[in-house]
Amino acid sequence: MEATIATENKEGETWSGGSKKPLGASYGKMMMWFFIMSDALTFSAFLGAYGLMRFKFIDSWPIADEVFTHVPFLHGHFPMYYVAFMTFILIFSSVTMVLAVDAGHQMKKAKVTLYMLLTIIGGLIFLGSQAWEWKNFIGGTYGSLILQDGKVVQFVDASGHQVALEDFVTKSPANERVAHTKSNGLWYVQDAGALPPFTTSEVIESFKNSPNISLRTEEVDLATKHKIILSREDANKFLSKATGVVKGANLKINEYGNTLFADFFFFITGFHGFHVFSGILINIIIFFNVIIGTYERRGHYEMVEKVGLYWHFVDLVWVFVFTFFYLV
Amino acid sequence: MAHDQEHEHESHVGLIWKVFGALSLITIVEVILGILKPKGLHLTIFLGTSLLNWIFLILTLVKAYGITWYFMHLKQEKAGLRRAIVWTTVFLICYLATLLLIEGGYIGDVMSKYTKWSY
Repeated sequence: MEATIATENKEGETWSGGSKKPLGASYGKMMMWFFIMSDALTFSAFLGAYGLMRFKFIDSWPIADEVFTHVPFLHGHFPMYYVAFMTFILIFSSVTMVLAVDAGHQMKKAKVTLYMLLTIIGGLIFLGSQAWEWKNFIGGTYGSLILQDGKVVQFVDASGHQVALEDFVTKSPANERVAHTKSNGLWYVQDAGALPPFTTSEVIESFKNSPNISLRTEEVDLATKHKIILSREDANKFLSKATGVVKGANLKINEYGNTLFADFFFFITGFHGFHVFSGILINIIIFFNVIIGTYERRGHYEMVEKVGLYWHFVDLVWVFVFTFFYLV
Repeated sequence: MAHDQEHEHESHVGLIWKVFGALSLITIVEVILGILKPKGLHLTIFLGTSLLNWIFLILTLVKAYGITWYFMHLKQEKAGLRRAIVWTTVFLICYLATLLLIEGGYIGDVMSKYTKWSY
């Protein structure tokens, strides 16, 4: 019977599971692993759902290399570099975290403090980078046309590279107008959001006047894994179905192609970013606890180890998000 | 026991930097392959996806191993705890991923016949 009855009654030990340490792990560490496992399954479900939709639209899914091409202070087409930098930052902040845990085992308070601070800074840089990545995705790069059935067509030059609408569309002054809001017109009608930079007819007209610009559909040629570029004749048929100009991406519309791509991008990187955010908050709390000597008095730095587990898990998730969103 | 105690307080800084080096190296290889996309790997299909994707997947799992074993200290935990965590999670994720991807592929096959790419 003894095994099933809690005989310890020491103050403050209930929440740390008493003195029993199943499998050599303290109560807190065990519970952190429980949480990490359930969170891992949550992320797997998200990434699995992304995979399901991607296989469902395997012949028209956007190509990540053509979507995430921005690098700060540089203009041009740079796939992957920036997200590789983000990955590197997060791995590095994982290293400083594990160095903090290591210093904690040796009861070196000054070192733990320094490494915790570096970890927090790394987390903040990552979060800032992700905000910048979102800004670029939401703002868009080239702009495209949406057809009446929701398909998106993009414009490419003779070499097959995408062309921004600004580079070939001429704005006709007759179409100039300001966004219709409640305050400047009829109170019961308004434009849904910011006005697109050009009108559909301006884009179609300019396309007809630029013989070196071609139209590209979302459809992927599975043999070459490139999006299919239409002949002039087919392009005109597609353009006759165009209903609007899209610049950028949000939950309803996406200039890069399938809207689900944008939805999953916002949802998964957003959920991960939220984990990074809460990780930074917890790190800051632990950082101050280290400074005021809480763990020095407690005699061990296990709390740093536990928050470290969470932080590494966030890094682990990013490794998978990086693979499935940017590489595969 | 005394040895164990000593072992726990021994610094692993050298090992940590080695793991960091390995993780960075793998990331760099992934990025280079992702930018170049060598045609032979990118266009050769093996077991449902391209060889390149298999390389990415395996490198990712190696990275996950590095992070969990060395950064999350699974290597130093008791084998029972490690197995309870890793085997359970890996099994459930494989199960979920397999069903979802097979289903996605099936829906894609059925649906693509009805998607119009010409007007």
